[in-house]
Amino acid sequence: MSGEYDVAVVGGGLLGSAIAWGLGRLGKKVAVLDEGDITKRASRANFALVWVQSKGLGMPAYTVWTVQASHAWGRLASELKQQTGLDVSLQQNGGFHLTLGDDEFGQRTELVKRMHNQTGAADYKMEMLSASDVKKSLPLIGPEVSGGSYCPLDGHVNSLRTFRAFHTGFKAFGIDYFPEQPVSAISKSGGEFRLTSPKGELRAAKIVLAAGNANQTLAPMVGLSAPMGPTRGQIVVTERTMPFLPHPLTTIRQTDEGTVMIGDSKEDELDDRTLKHSISAVMTDRAQRMFPHLARLNVVRSWAGIRVMPRDGFPIYDQSETHPGAFVACCHSGVTLASNHAFEIARMVAQGALEPELVGAFSASRFGTAGAANTSGY
Amino acid sequence: MFKRSEQDKRPPVQIFVDGVAVAAREGDTVSAALLASSCDARRSTAVSGAPRLPYCMMGVCFDCLVTIDGVGNRQGCLVPVAEGMQIEIQKGKREIGK
Amino acid sequence: MTVAPKREDYDVVVIGAGPAGLAAAATSAEAGLSTLLLDENIGPGGQVFRAIASTPVTERNQLGEDYWVGADLVESLRASNAEVIHRATVWSLDRNLDIAVSIGGASAFVKAKRVILATGALERPFPIPGWTLPGVMTAGAAQTMLKSSALVPDGRTVIAGQGPLLWLLAAQILRLGGRIDRILDTTERGNYFAALPHAFAFLTSPYFAKGLSMMREVKAKVQVVSGVTELAASGDGQLASVSYVAGGKRETIAADLLLLHQGVVPNVNLAMSAGVEHRWDELQLCWSPVLDASGNSSVTGIAIAGDGAGIGGANAAVVRGRIAARAAVEALAPPAAAKLKPMATLRAELAKAERGRVFLDTLFRPAPQFRIPSGDTIVCRCEEVTAKDVLDSVAIGATGPNQLKAYRRTGMGPCQGRLCGLTVTELMAQARGKTPQEIGYYRLRAPVKPITLAELAAVPKSEADIKAVVRG
Repeated sequence: MSGEYDVAVVGGGLLGSAIAWGLGRLGKKVAVLDEGDITKRASRANFALVWVQSKGLGMPAYTVWTVQASHAWGRLASELKQQTGLDVSLQQNGGFHLTLGDDEFGQRTELVKRMHNQTGAADYKMEMLSASDVKKSLPLIGPEVSGGSYCPLDGHVNSLRTFRAFHTGFKAFGIDYFPEQPVSAISKSGGEFRLTSPKGELRAAKIVLAAGNANQTLAPMVGLSAPMGPTRGQIVVTERTMPFLPHPLTTIRQTDEGTVMIGDSKEDELDDRTLKHSISAVMTDRAQRMFPHLARLNVVRSWAGIRVMPRDGFPIYDQSETHPGAFVACCHSGVTLASNHAFEIARMVAQGALEPELVGAFSASRFGTAGAANTSGY
Repeated sequence: MFKRSEQDKRPPVQIFVDGVAVAAREGDTVSAALLASSCDARRSTAVSGAPRLPYCMMGVCFDCLVTIDGVGNRQGCLVPVAEGMQIEIQKGKREIGK
Repeated sequence: MTVAPKREDYDVVVIGAGPAGLAAAATSAEAGLSTLLLDENIGPGGQVFRAIASTPVTERNQLGEDYWVGADLVESLRASNAEVIHRATVWSLDRNLDIAVSIGGASAFVKAKRVILATGALERPFPIPGWTLPGVMTAGAAQTMLKSSALVPDGRTVIAGQGPLLWLLAAQILRLGGRIDRILDTTERGNYFAALPHAFAFLTSPYFAKGLSMMREVKAKVQVVSGVTELAASGDGQLASVSYVAGGKRETIAADLLLLHQGVVPNVNLAMSAGVEHRWDELQLCWSPVLDASGNSSVTGIAIAGDGAGIGGANAAVVRGRIAARAAVEALAPPAAAKLKPMATLRAELAKAERGRVFLDTLFRPAPQFRIPSGDTIVCRCEEVTAKDVLDSVAIGATGPNQLKAYRRTGMGPCQGRLCGLTVTELMAQARGKTPQEIGYYRLRAPVKPITLAELAAVPKSEADIKAVVRG
């Protein structure tokens, strides 16, 4: 591996791929360094929502950023389609969060109120609906559904196909993708970065750290910080069935292939090789109470994934003072924010500086030395 | 495609395939009964709609998927026939409520 | 009739009631250990002794004397105190030896001090053009129907492939009055020379004489074409013809049924999902668990016996079952082990049963073109992914089966990779110039067989579980 690159992106998941693709789109010479077949990949475990509602409580800038991403997704989907022929099945006709029983309905109403009251938060039309109003859009809901919140900006996408589209697009943009090359050391000398992997050294004028939770280890090598607090989530998926769910939910969505995905849990456990069936049981039980006909479907797979999660739940985008040209990017919502990563973050990296008015709030400097508590960043 | 050996003295069992009576034998699996009958037992896949018949007959390939007594996507090669059982040849994805 | 396990805890839980499982459960119960045998099929026997307690084939010689050995195993099991549940699908096994089993649409949960996996083998994928057409089946499928329902082919039938089971099936079909139009033998000519150094062991093994007489019996009645180097099935929505190349000459014959067989491979899904370490076996061209001499795997408390431990055939499976069970008895109730056959005797029996195996593995090593497809040939039957699709994914950066899943959904259908896993590994290894061991396998997780959503939802849950999901 030799040659010089304008930018080396460390991490080939959805986030790193979106940024790399965006840089390639701007004509930059880009290398992507990635791990191998078995690694903790949130890009293979995610729930694939392009989701707005309830994002950003405690950080209005995150709401604005998310709404922007939601609006830009259509353009991303069509550019990917044009370039690769792959339809990522973006659907943005609004999404629901359903509640079971009165307590949950009350709590959700409270949350919607808090979101609306947040100063500076963009108005993204999240509203509470009664069970009978929900039923007009989702006729198959069960009697235990007490209602839910709805946001017209919400949607979902085929995230695996998006991942494939980015990687397919790499070829057309002349981006070099190097799998099985985890980066173990980064240094800067003579105005360029040197990244060490088991297969040698790669040189680039700029670097973007997009290695998910591993950013915590990589960032300090170039004067950055990325305090992470990963959690585990489980997902259950059924066999293909005829279309029944015209809108995605926070915890249930029907893929364009016909399978039904059911999420999700949040656990401290960080072993993604094991599963807790009792947790899947809570998820599936809630799913069958929301849609009773799901009870008969066969579950074909379930898995656990480790969320990429900055310690306070909000994204981190930062640039190094001590190592100019080094950037770090990590966030939980790599699917929702893919459009911003491909268009905005890539543009800023290409220019050489992040724009404070767009992403200043996401600097890791907000953590100070201690790191803030986890709020509702996702 | 298959015929029964004359030494088979098992009692008959009547099942219905898409409403048509079919003679099976006690101890047959649903898939074996279908392959022994003259029915067109080809399902179509949920992915492309391609026609398929059972391939492995031992519970691993899932090409024997069939609707049994109103429940879709069952492995016909693992379910024994029962008197009056209603079989439907499945076309495409599993239907809602089946 | 639905019967749930009688207890929540057992000394030994055996999974699979084929030769290894039957022997293991009987041995364990005979030594006084509380023993549960769980099996997915309607009755005991596994594949090799399928329908041993219910077959409508009454003329014993038609199935052959090796088949009826299974009846003795079933009898010993029934004479023991082992609890046996059929139509019981184990869908989860973990490192804590917690087992989830689906019985009659409801799940039961049992814990074992020792688990003996006897989940056996399945037929090696045979991904030729047209292998998904209706009318193309495995030879094992035809044998299953023959044993359990006395059904035999009556249309134009072609059998293609290689290995002992193929000849046994052909003989059985003919004895029961079925029809075979042609046998296409795909054994590579070079294999005969490669196998020669191992021939002595084989000549002195029990396989030799039986195998030879069976081949003679079949060849007297059916046209056999040897040295077949290419094979394809075609038809419009239904098999219509089989074309093949032998001796450089292509021929096409009309056919209603094509039965394929190129050996069997361990059924690894449950063991892998439990975290049992497997290695690529370069001779048998499949994944085999890493085991000690008693069948103990890398996961404490889980032993593997039978063909799931590496293909050894029915006789070896029985002995391996007894060895694994004896090891469990030695660990859990040492004094009771005195009642059982000494380990040294069992190991000697195993060595005898395994005699000739290397010869068979070498002779019947499937040719590359029948394991590693190209072009539009389907690799993953469930998700309908072709060899070209797999190679395209390698070209954009897929390094192994799990990244391939993300790109193409291979292995994500209901069969969970059982019919494509080996092909994917070998195809990617060839494309990337790596060994199958380096490429690796799908990461498998429970449920290893589909269960209904309601069944999963009924798993007992704690307050903490609910809190992990319901977060406002």
